[in-house]
Amino acid sequence: MVMEKLYARRRRRNGIAVALAIAATLVGLGWLALILGTLLWEGVSGLSLRVFTEMTPPPGSDGGLLNAIMGSLTMTLIGVLIGTPIGILAGTFMAEYGRYEKLTGVVRFINDILLSAPSIVIGLFVYEIMVYPMGHFSGWAGAVALALLVIPVVVRTTEDMLLLVPNPLREAATAIGLPRAYVIRHVCYPAARAGMLTGVLLAVARISGETAPLLFTALNNQFWSSNLNAPMASLPTVIFQFALSPYEEWQQLAWTGALIITFAVLALSIGARALAASRKMS
Amino acid sequence: MIHAAVHDEPEVHSRMAVLGRLRASDTVFRILTRAAAIAVLVILGAVILALVEGSLPALRAFGFGFLYHEQWNPVTERFGALAPIYGTIVTSLIAILIAVPVGVMIALFLTELCPMWLRRPIGIAIELLAGIPSIIYGIWGLFVFAPFLQQTVQPLLIDSLEPVPVLSTLFAGPPYGIGVLTAGLILAIMVLPFITSISRDVFDTVPPVLKEAAYGVGCTTWEVFRHVVLPYTRVGVIGGIMLGLGRALGETMAVTFVIGNAHRISGSILAPGTTISATIANEFTEAVGDLYTSSLIALGLILFVITFLVLAAARYLLARIERKVA
Amino acid sequence: MNANSIPAPEVSQTSVEAAGLAERISIADLGFYYGESQALRDITLPLYANAVTAFVGPSGCGKSTLLRVLNRMYDLYPGQRATGEVTFDGQNILSPDQDVNLLRSRIGMVFQKPTPFPMSIFENIAFGIRLYERLPRSELDARVEIALRRAALWDEVKDKLQTNGLSLSGGQQQRLCIARTVALRPSVILLDEPCSALDPISTARIEELIDEFKADYTIVIVTHNMQQAARVSDFTAFMYLGELVEFDSTGRMFTSPRDERTQNYITGRFG
Repeated sequence: MVMEKLYARRRRRNGIAVALAIAATLVGLGWLALILGTLLWEGVSGLSLRVFTEMTPPPGSDGGLLNAIMGSLTMTLIGVLIGTPIGILAGTFMAEYGRYEKLTGVVRFINDILLSAPSIVIGLFVYEIMVYPMGHFSGWAGAVALALLVIPVVVRTTEDMLLLVPNPLREAATAIGLPRAYVIRHVCYPAARAGMLTGVLLAVARISGETAPLLFTALNNQFWSSNLNAPMASLPTVIFQFALSPYEEWQQLAWTGALIITFAVLALSIGARALAASRKMS
Repeated sequence: MIHAAVHDEPEVHSRMAVLGRLRASDTVFRILTRAAAIAVLVILGAVILALVEGSLPALRAFGFGFLYHEQWNPVTERFGALAPIYGTIVTSLIAILIAVPVGVMIALFLTELCPMWLRRPIGIAIELLAGIPSIIYGIWGLFVFAPFLQQTVQPLLIDSLEPVPVLSTLFAGPPYGIGVLTAGLILAIMVLPFITSISRDVFDTVPPVLKEAAYGVGCTTWEVFRHVVLPYTRVGVIGGIMLGLGRALGETMAVTFVIGNAHRISGSILAPGTTISATIANEFTEAVGDLYTSSLIALGLILFVITFLVLAAARYLLARIERKVA
Repeated sequence: MNANSIPAPEVSQTSVEAAGLAERISIADLGFYYGESQALRDITLPLYANAVTAFVGPSGCGKSTLLRVLNRMYDLYPGQRATGEVTFDGQNILSPDQDVNLLRSRIGMVFQKPTPFPMSIFENIAFGIRLYERLPRSELDARVEIALRRAALWDEVKDKLQTNGLSLSGGQQQRLCIARTVALRPSVILLDEPCSALDPISTARIEELIDEFKADYTIVIVTHNMQQAARVSDFTAFMYLGELVEFDSTGRMFTSPRDERTQNYITGRFG
């Protein structure tokens, strides 16, 4: 009798917990779906060819996001070109030459912190070392700030992926007399290529939506500019500026820009994921 | 003769010469990789140095008082960091208080209850959501969420909690829509995918035999979770929470849109406030005068120190559970 | 059993088979350490040219460790070190001034699991050759073909030289690794349980290769399979708990072992 009562209570408690877990999943995922749905709804209505062919407009008139898109692409590209080699070299040291060194543990710890450090602080840092001494905001400063965000992502994935390369493969390459650099470049890199590329894609996804580090490095530019020594527009900063403005045209462009960024980031993440999956298959 | 072994001296010597060259390039490569690894440390050191150097004028002018003075007045050049620090901590706490239970329950659903075929799609969806730029959450918060709160939830909260002693202050009107609570809620949505995916990963580290043994003696799903999974993974879950907290503390764009940017500490969480990152984002490019700029950099330094400590603790705890698995 | 109670190894100095053979590698008083723990002690052993020597013994006896000393593979890992002397070509290869890359180019190694490089079949072999010699394309092609023929793989892969080495079957992959090794024209080939991951047919083919290779190379094979040791080797070293218990011609070792432990092991009483 007591057992039965106790059992009923336990079952009831379990039922409540299960219901809560299901509710949490529905609410959590539903909420996120709601955000994406709104974004799609608001963004698509402003999507047209001129978004990609015209410059950002002055207040109160129509225009596009061409200069912002080009600025984002330019700075992202340069940021990746600067950050990736440094990240790959550092990750290589940690997984290969320095695998058993104390330094590697320290670098891993610091790198993991940089990985989730507030990006606005990186913006302040680049302002201090570049913008202030040079006396003006610039596309270069924005690109360097983005590069600093690329490095930890690439370091982490490079190390992880190289650690997955089986040691017998390294030994086999060593056994034909190869010095370590050749073992790494001709055997380990090809074996880890898909994973390392995944890391670079993830880094691109990460920086293409970053706003805070660009606010006071690249600043913004209402006009077309390919001069990296001058302030440069970028999608996220334009969204920030336009969304907070009182003008309806600007707000609409902000939504559309947000939609473009989200699609780009999602496409990059899905691409990275597919690449990682294809590596497992082969 | 072509496939016989190498014994003759000249061939051995030519190999030695070739290998000498290869080894030189090996040395160069090794030095390069080591330099890159050290560069990671140098970056962190340089960030700290630059922030300290930039904040010296402010710290010299205000001393430790910078940390506990509320006043933030660009006209009289009196600056204190208390309001942004308070806002940063309160919004992050609201975010964690909401996102942790929800995230952990979603992870419970994913690891114990969800049918197999649904696990992967939901898991992938959550990881994709974790990658959505924070500015998206900000713009949604500003245009959709804040007006919704202003018109429905906040008036209801204000009215219904009026007679309750402490809560009436905490939820005092008027309903602005934007404010500390709104920022906290947006942050909660933003860190939810992180907390969920880390919790799921650490729950997956529980050896199946442990769970099977508990199910074997007749435990319910909840009891297994409560008495086996959670105790086993406690350290990892706390690490995941700290990691989410680190994100929330340093988050800029999701907050800047909806916090209201008011340099004051209000008893009501419905009132506008500010956070460290929102203050920097809003005021840095417009700051005139060295002391103003320096004070903003000092805010950045404080933020960096706080997040560094939280993230270091998170990494330490997560490393502990990784070692347990290994 | 206390390791110290093992008597000194019995090496038959008057072995008839050894009489006509030159010592390619001489191991003297070799000791090996993983950090603090000693894995090999007092190994003294000749490895004869143009003969196959098998290292046998129960798992953990140190036979693979001994093999990995011969091309200094242990250099890859910190805390591993060897003492004593291993003489090859008049030099002590354990000495710090030994050019390890040169040593490895002259002492090839084939591993337990096939380890093709992540590149095409052709590149797997050409890669090593190109490293040491500048050859015109036609000559390189010829060298690759010779290596593949030597490893009895040519007929199976000649039409798909540009496909990835990983697309081959396990036995083919292992022969590719053997071809890669002989392409560098080593004087010694070390085989670390080369057949343990293969099916019986692939195993038989590799054993045939080993027999053919005797004419050109000094071969050392580690195996846990006593039948294989009996089939392919001329000399056998029986190791136990990091020590060399007995070294003799394979024929004598299997018919009249002098040590009781050897006898117990080859009759399957332990290990």
